[in-house]
Amino acid sequence: MNKSNPMTDTSLPANWFSRLAHPGVFLSWSRNWIAPLAALTIILFTIGLWYSFFNSPPDYQMGETVRIMYIHVPSAWLSQMIYTLMAVSAIGTLVWRHPMADMSMKAAAPLGAAFTAVALFTGALWGRPTWGTFWEWDGRMTSTLVLFLMYLGLVALWRTFEGQARGTRIIAIFTLVGALNIPIIKFSVDWWNTLHQPSIIKADGLSMPASIYTPLLIMVVAFTALFFTLHLVGMRTEILRHRANSLERRHVSARNGTSSGTTS
Amino acid sequence: MSNKGFAGQIRLNAQNLSCIRGEQEVFADVAFQVSGGEALIVRGANGTGKSSLLMCLAGLLPVNGNVSWQRGGKSLTKPEYFELIHFIGHLNAIKNELTLAENLQFWSAMFGGDSTPIADALERANLGGLDTYQAGHLSAGQRHRLSLARLLVTPRPVWLLDEPSSALDQQGDRWVADLIQGQISSGGLAVVATHRHIALGTGANVRTLELGQL
Amino acid sequence: MAIIVRDIRLTLRSGGSTITLLAFFLSVGVIIPIAVGPDKETLARLAPAIIWIAALLSTLLGLDRLFVADHEDGTNASLHHASISLEAISFAKLIVHWLVSALPLIVATPFMAIMLIMDMPTLLRTIAALMLGTPALVALGAFGASIAVTLKRGGVLAPILIMPLAVPVLIFGVSAISPAPGSGTSEAAFMFLGALSLLAFAFTPFAIALALRAAHE
Repeated sequence: MNKSNPMTDTSLPANWFSRLAHPGVFLSWSRNWIAPLAALTIILFTIGLWYSFFNSPPDYQMGETVRIMYIHVPSAWLSQMIYTLMAVSAIGTLVWRHPMADMSMKAAAPLGAAFTAVALFTGALWGRPTWGTFWEWDGRMTSTLVLFLMYLGLVALWRTFEGQARGTRIIAIFTLVGALNIPIIKFSVDWWNTLHQPSIIKADGLSMPASIYTPLLIMVVAFTALFFTLHLVGMRTEILRHRANSLERRHVSARNGTSSGTTS
Repeated sequence: MSNKGFAGQIRLNAQNLSCIRGEQEVFADVAFQVSGGEALIVRGANGTGKSSLLMCLAGLLPVNGNVSWQRGGKSLTKPEYFELIHFIGHLNAIKNELTLAENLQFWSAMFGGDSTPIADALERANLGGLDTYQAGHLSAGQRHRLSLARLLVTPRPVWLLDEPSSALDQQGDRWVADLIQGQISSGGLAVVATHRHIALGTGANVRTLELGQL
Repeated sequence: MAIIVRDIRLTLRSGGSTITLLAFFLSVGVIIPIAVGPDKETLARLAPAIIWIAALLSTLLGLDRLFVADHEDGTNASLHHASISLEAISFAKLIVHWLVSALPLIVATPFMAIMLIMDMPTLLRTIAALMLGTPALVALGAFGASIAVTLKRGGVLAPILIMPLAVPVLIFGVSAISPAPGSGTSEAAFMFLGALSLLAFAFTPFAIALALRAAHE
């Protein structure tokens, strides 16, 4: 029974990628990455926040509230990037049955929900002084809201499938169908929106002076680094939790004794 | 149907088999080999993984180790051998709202319909004359007979039977033994998990697999 | 196909599920006007939305038993060994599910129309939109049900998963019935509805079969 733990089983071809992404190996190399990534995140955030608050001009129309953008745009970017990452991981789960892809999906879902929530919340805060309303059924906002609901559904799915191996593949299927559906949702919402009201709102002016563009870019990179740090930690936690569970089970079953069979 | 043999010798070879259910190992290091014309009787106390072994063979549980299916010396892919299997487990897949005949007709259509008359299969299952009754009225033993009648409606070379004589009376026991005898004498194979003694005729090719021995 | 015949028989014999569905559909149609108030103009304006919401909620209603019953009694396990692929079986199930859960709603729509004070052209457009759009709703719903098939609390989860995916159907469905003043949008909405249904019917059987297979791992 020592050789058939699903977490340590290597039925995959032993190329560099699978060795790199093998749960045990992953644990050891990712340990060395977390501290630098976290440090990078902190440095980027320090620079980015300093720029955003003290070293960038207020907008001539929106005034100081333009600074909300430095939080809002990066989280909105993450809300979409994380879903893409989950969809890619879902393919990894379905096609290669890769255990790390499972971990990656699972760790990303709550992070995606959180960043999407931040994007929606800051969007509402920004909208109030700028457009005079917290919420507008504008195409972009509506599709972000729908995306948020999908993240919530996925988190709920992970919770209900807790501890069931088959859940992973089922969730991967749902993630992929969702990914196929997102463009359709986006398109339909845009279409619906232009029917009901002419689009008067143009978020993110296309022409942006460098004084705004630079801090924005730094903040986008900082948020992305933050996400990858959290994602790595989340994946490590998942692996360790998995190990703890199987150790516990092994103890229980060692007490009962397991069986083997022979042909007579 | 025992006159009509199955084309191509079927061979099932399992090496180093283990099964994990809910991350707990049910059995490990199981090895056996069965071919057409043989029956494999799987024995073992409760909880030693008889049902799990059958479900692994039926592809309904993930399995670690090597299971290979061959027909006439040629290896079969998963969809190929799936079409050779009859799996009768604890859940009998009977719809209470349908009549006996409708239940069997459905399964005969699903398993690639056959001309064997439904009424004849019911007759042999000792359910003759009940064709138009709703399956919900049957007793546990009768339901079990009905689900075994699926074996008669569509001949398939591989039978995976989990406790085929549970809830059956003595006559039913003999019927099950006859069924298995018929299957192996027509060149099919049967893997049967059971506690009971199955009285197969002398000279029948029977192997036994004991689970749960350390 | 045998599975179509069997499932229709099952629904008819188990009795009442279609009637429950219709009753639910009509009650939603009754409760919203009561909440909104009897103003004729408002009602006429809201009518397409009310009918689509009632249709969406009603198709979600029957989902929890769609695959669960077959899973619990072992039918799904045996269907793995059927000589017909699971994809084809899922496709057949979609057709049945549409026949027993969407078609009755379409038949009942004229009664809803009377309660919602709809004029004749709008009613015809509503029926056409429902015909084109409900297949997509049914297919997405069945997909959600297949995801939740092994879950004890799956009955609640499936609607949560499906709602976001059903957003486009709702949007095009409503616009097909009550187009904006600009011309031509209604035809476009009809076409999008049809496209969504075709896509959904073409792809969900594969996703459902995958999910059902994964349920046995």
